[in-house]
Amino acid sequence: MGHPLYFGYEHPWREFDRFLRESAGKGRLAVGIVFYLISAVAVGGALAAVLLKNLVHCALALTVAFLGLALLFLQLDAQFAGFAQILVYVGAVAILVVFAILLTRGSDLPKEGVFSKSWVVGLAIAAAVFAVLGWVVLQAGPWLPNETAVPAVTVNQIGQALMGRYVLPLEIVAVLLTAALLGAVIVAMHEKEGTKQ
Amino acid sequence: MTNPLTGYLLVAALLFAIGLAGALTRRNAILVLIGIELMLNAANLNLIAFWRYGPHPEMLTGMMFAIFSIAVAAAEAAVGLGLVISIYRHAKTTDVEQMNRMKG
Repeated sequence: MGHPLYFGYEHPWREFDRFLRESAGKGRLAVGIVFYLISAVAVGGALAAVLLKNLVHCALALTVAFLGLALLFLQLDAQFAGFAQILVYVGAVAILVVFAILLTRGSDLPKEGVFSKSWVVGLAIAAAVFAVLGWVVLQAGPWLPNETAVPAVTVNQIGQALMGRYVLPLEIVAVLLTAALLGAVIVAMHEKEGTKQ
Repeated sequence: MTNPLTGYLLVAALLFAIGLAGALTRRNAILVLIGIELMLNAANLNLIAFWRYGPHPEMLTGMMFAIFSIAVAAAEAAVGLGLVISIYRHAKTTDVEQMNRMKG
């Protein structure tokens, strides 16, 4: 019955996926081991991006965090958003960050340390925010929506929605991106104009 | 934690807190921008998770919100990093604690 290459299973990946979904339905494994692994990648990358001393290492860790988030989007059956995340963040924003680090010689370690003088206050504020958010999420648990049906959304439907219901936001985002790109170039080239005069 | 949405919301809260801590405690302006990007991504994760587990996913509301948020965040990153480069050319520093003058 099963293919010998696949250890007797017809479609090992599909079987594994079904096992995860079934165990998620039973509440035994709340969201599945894949979710924990991907979350660990995303959170670990974010922690490394914030904590590492060398800015180039920070940019690399940030890319790992973005990749983990894209995998979380794929795990949530949002394929389009996941691949948009990979294209925009892993492809473009990470490269922009690396360019900015190299143009500002940010890889030199500062003498007075990488954390500001008031880092205790900042850490306390972040911890308080996480405590409040986590408490609210855990309290709201029973009232959160829980649709088990997998949404079957095609790129065709997303395109129809972008060109129909969401056409005005799409145009505004197009204008915003054009203005932001021109603005970024003008702001970054300002010094050159000053030397010409 | 029988509801998978709770797990995603907790991960998003953790990422938001990490980003906030980075934006508030680091000296380098580029790291502050990285923290802001992490916070925006945590919000996107919330939007996608609510779209997936909420009613009527075929209306695509959360997904569209996340896609527009990604586009706006890309614009923000471009302008922010352009500003950092401009300030570095002017003041020869990217330390936010030394950027204490409005006039060059």
